[in-house]
Amino acid sequence: MTDVFAPGSIVLALLIGAAFGALLHRGRVTSCNVIENQFRLKDYTVLKVMLTAIIVGGVGVMFLADANLAKYAVKDANLLGVALGAAIFGVGMVFYGYCPGTGLAAIATGSVHALVGALGMIVGGVLFALSFDWVKANILTVGAYGKIRLPDITGISSPVWFAGLALVAIVFFVWAERQQSR
Amino acid sequence: MSMATMDHAGPQTGTSRIDWTPYLAGAGIGVLSWIAFAIAKDPIGVTTAYGRLAGEAAIPFLGADTVAANTYWKAAPFALDYGVLFLVGIMLGAFISAIVSGTFKIELVPEVWKAEIGTSVWKRFAYAFFGGVIIMYGARLAGGCTSGHGISGGLQLAVSSWLFLAVMFATGLIASAFLFAKKI
Repeated sequence: MTDVFAPGSIVLALLIGAAFGALLHRGRVTSCNVIENQFRLKDYTVLKVMLTAIIVGGVGVMFLADANLAKYAVKDANLLGVALGAAIFGVGMVFYGYCPGTGLAAIATGSVHALVGALGMIVGGVLFALSFDWVKANILTVGAYGKIRLPDITGISSPVWFAGLALVAIVFFVWAERQQSR
Repeated sequence: MSMATMDHAGPQTGTSRIDWTPYLAGAGIGVLSWIAFAIAKDPIGVTTAYGRLAGEAAIPFLGADTVAANTYWKAAPFALDYGVLFLVGIMLGAFISAIVSGTFKIELVPEVWKAEIGTSVWKRFAYAFFGGVIIMYGARLAGGCTSGHGISGGLQLAVSSWLFLAVMFATGLIASAFLFAKKI
């Protein structure tokens, strides 16, 4: 019998995926209104969910990595590709009203326009694959620093980074709550 | 209750309202990434698998030979594997959560769009489609999305992912200011 909790397990994919989808929905980020209002600076739910996930997730994964129970899987810092891609992504997120993950989750909560955008995402994926050779040769090579982490380039250790992040997050959360209860 | 909390809660239909604090959902996603890193050995992400799905969807239009010969899809061929089933899982979980909380609702044009931009379904669909095209192109160019870069990369303190977050929020703010600019 194959182990359902082994890496690559289909059961595990469905379980973790389902938990992620349910958490996105419970965090209300499957709502287009919540996402658009984040970029309009009228609702800070998206940043609250993301910052909390990054800090809670990051501290845990740091301990797991230190104990050799997990490996970091850092994406390449191809600075030009990441910056250009992120610039396009931000505009796309405002037009779509979702990001790719929340868009898929939103389809399952009845959003028809999320489905329309998901068809657009197929087209976007195809366009990228068709332009991949050129992109790889001309863009992904610019400012390619590999799999670097903030502690590597700053000399500041991960625990200090997380302590700082947590402090910034708490100040921001207090401010955002005051803003919203006004 | 302020306006801000009123309008993101969606239509007020009595009990059909989600009252989880965003911090609880965020912490839940954080704990879920421990499991993704330690047990699945595959950080949470969406668009890598979606790019492979696009290859499969492109076969009727581009032909199987073109897709098979493409450098990108050759390196990332389609299969019903962990990454793709993770996407199915996301939809399954969101669907169950929506049904259980009584918030499942067919939505053609969201409230914020109706209030600020207009009620035209086709205009909303056009923006959603075009937005979908460029968000996926951007995600593949950057090497990840709000999940793969934003959460999984952000929590690893990856330089690429924090650059992604900063630039993505900046251009999103600018695009939003234009899209939601009050007409004179």
